[in-house]
Amino acid sequence: MVGIVIVSHSKKVADGLYELADQMTGGKIRIGRSGGTKDGRLGTNVDEIVEEIKKCESGDGVLILVDLGSSVMSAQMALEFLGEDYENKVKIADAPLVEGTIAASVEASIGSDILKVKAVAEAAKNLVKI
Amino acid sequence: MILTTNDVLNIISNISEVIETNRQYLTDLDAAIGDADHGINLDRGFKAVKEKMPQFLDKDIGAILKNVGMVLVSTVGGASGPLYGTFFMRMGNVVSGKNTLDENDIVAMFEAGLSGIKERGKAQAGDKTMIDAMEPALNELKSTLSEGRGLKEAIEAAANDAYNGVLMTKDIAAKKGRASYLGERSIGHQDPGATSAYLMIKTVADYVDKLQQ
Ligand SMILES: Nc1ncnc2c1ncn2[C@@H]1O[C@H](COP(=O)(O)OP(=O)(O)O)[C@@H](O)[C@H]1O
Ligand SMILES: [Mg+2]
Repeated sequence: MVGIVIVSHSKKVADGLYELADQMTGGKIRIGRSGGTKDGRLGTNVDEIVEEIKKCESGDGVLILVDLGSSVMSAQMALEFLGEDYENKVKIADAPLVEGTIAASVEASIGSDILKVKAVAEAAKNLVKI
Repeated sequence: MILTTNDVLNIISNISEVIETNRQYLTDLDAAIGDADHGINLDRGFKAVKEKMPQFLDKDIGAILKNVGMVLVSTVGGASGPLYGTFFMRMGNVVSGKNTLDENDIVAMFEAGLSGIKERGKAQAGDKTMIDAMEPALNELKSTLSEGRGLKEAIEAAANDAYNGVLMTKDIAAKKGRASYLGERSIGHQDPGATSAYLMIKTVADYVDKLQQ
């Protein structure tokens, strides 16, 4: 199954969103998370993102969901560090973090492939709430 | 004029001091249009670089710069981490295996580093970022060198143009990075990343100026 990695500047956001997504999917998929810097500041941590992607890759790929600016750049650097083995299987979603993560996690848990999971995450941009 | 491995190590160590000295200043600039952490981010990164320096002593210039980039990527935490990290790693790639740098190497490094930043952050000159200090500096470095005026004068001129670039960032609205959320309201404020880029270039200029060649 496709794995999901949550990347935020805040550890609390990453942990809280992990909780929400894990509850929705009941432990059926691997969900990783990286929030905050190594020394506990707000920010992103490329090394941890690399580790989380490795943990969540079971052969079907991993979708990364990001919050603001440097999360995107840090996720891209993580992909570069992981190299060719991961190149086509790990993707970054251009999606809102919370809604995208929930939608992607549910989609992954029903066994969809990485492209479908990414498309569903990105469609969360157009979610109408009211 | 030629720079040696030892010169490169000295310059990196000087940059780390300059960043420490300007930690609050850079953070205050970021408070006005960002999230008040630019000085803290870079100081964290360059302190980590400084701690790793003993491991760099037996390495060539390319390897040293790549290592500096990797440490920045791992420790900075903000947008400036992947950006300056990519800058140093790309500079290192162009001078792999070298123990001295001539004028052409320095231009090639700066060019590769700056295009790395542009690829990474998808920004260009005029977006109110570090590029607004770096690009004029690179252009001035190249034109001064092509007039045969030597490295000392060229880096000094480059630092001057970087500073003018920093001042120019006050007049424009941010199109990239956190400050872009403020849009037009970012006008009137100087960009923190352009300021740190200038400080680094100025540090190189000051160092080269004192060399006896
Ligand atoms: N996409 C980008 N391209 C180039 N430079 C950028 C970009 N985004 C941000 N910057 C630079 O980074 C600086 C902010 O760095 P920093 O405060 O360390 O990161 P963050 O914005 O994540 O808190 C800005 O002042 C700007 O010069
Ligand atoms: Mg900042």
